[in-house]
Amino acid sequence: MAISFDKAFGLHPQGMLLREKRSEILADNIANADTPGFKAKDLDFQTALANARSHQSASVSRTHEKHFVISSDMRHEVKFRNVEQTDTGDGNSVDIHRERNAFSQNSMEYQASLNFLNGKISGLKKALGGGQS
Amino acid sequence: MSLYRVFDIAGSGLTAQALRLNTTASNIANANTVSSSIDQTYRGRHPVFAAELDRAQEQQGAGVKVMGIVESDAPLTTEYNPSHPMADENGFIYKPNVNVIEEMANMISASRSYDANVQIADAAKQMLSRTLTLGQR
Repeated sequence: MAISFDKAFGLHPQGMLLREKRSEILADNIANADTPGFKAKDLDFQTALANARSHQSASVSRTHEKHFVISSDMRHEVKFRNVEQTDTGDGNSVDIHRERNAFSQNSMEYQASLNFLNGKISGLKKALGGGQS
Repeated sequence: MSLYRVFDIAGSGLTAQALRLNTTASNIANANTVSSSIDQTYRGRHPVFAAELDRAQEQQGAGVKVMGIVESDAPLTTEYNPSHPMADENGFIYKPNVNVIEEMANMISASRSYDANVQIADAAKQMLSRTLTLGQR
């Protein structure tokens, strides 16, 4: 069986890109925790990953320069958060504790993906070295 | 890479909160200054925050921007004290409209928010440095 480098990493590269994106959005929420009228946003991770997955399996490639670029557009996957706290009076909907928890959870999941990838890479290395290394 | 953007965003938060801390320090330092006319009296200063709109419209994280600093238009404290050296011809002195208790609360809020942004930058740094050493074990 041939080693497929494309498939070796599974969904992790896409997942990590989305996690990066999500960390950006959550950092924005925290930076704007005191901005009047700011509404907290978040990435709909499940939908985003499903979209990334479908793009991957369809494997769309451009063979002509007039073809449209199909990029994973996050526009529909970034949504406003449901507000669970009472109105603070300035129209800001950021719950700082929730955002911080979400951020650290997100970064843990990112590092979990990293660990999986490290495992996969060392497995591949072992296979390439014929089990001698 | 988006993780580098996290530094920009957290950095904008740090700048904004540091400025807020600055104005708070200025307000508290000047809370007890006395002047002899309404025009010369110190007024409490507060920064106005806004999300950076140009990039926020692209539905991405964009950070926070300080739109400017406004002076509070709360009424000044007027005190009748003819023996005061700064008293005007009617015997009045004017004190700033700074509420020290409010400013203390502001200070705590600003320094907590600053902390939160520092922690975000720190977490992003960890994520990046672990990504950069991917597969090197």
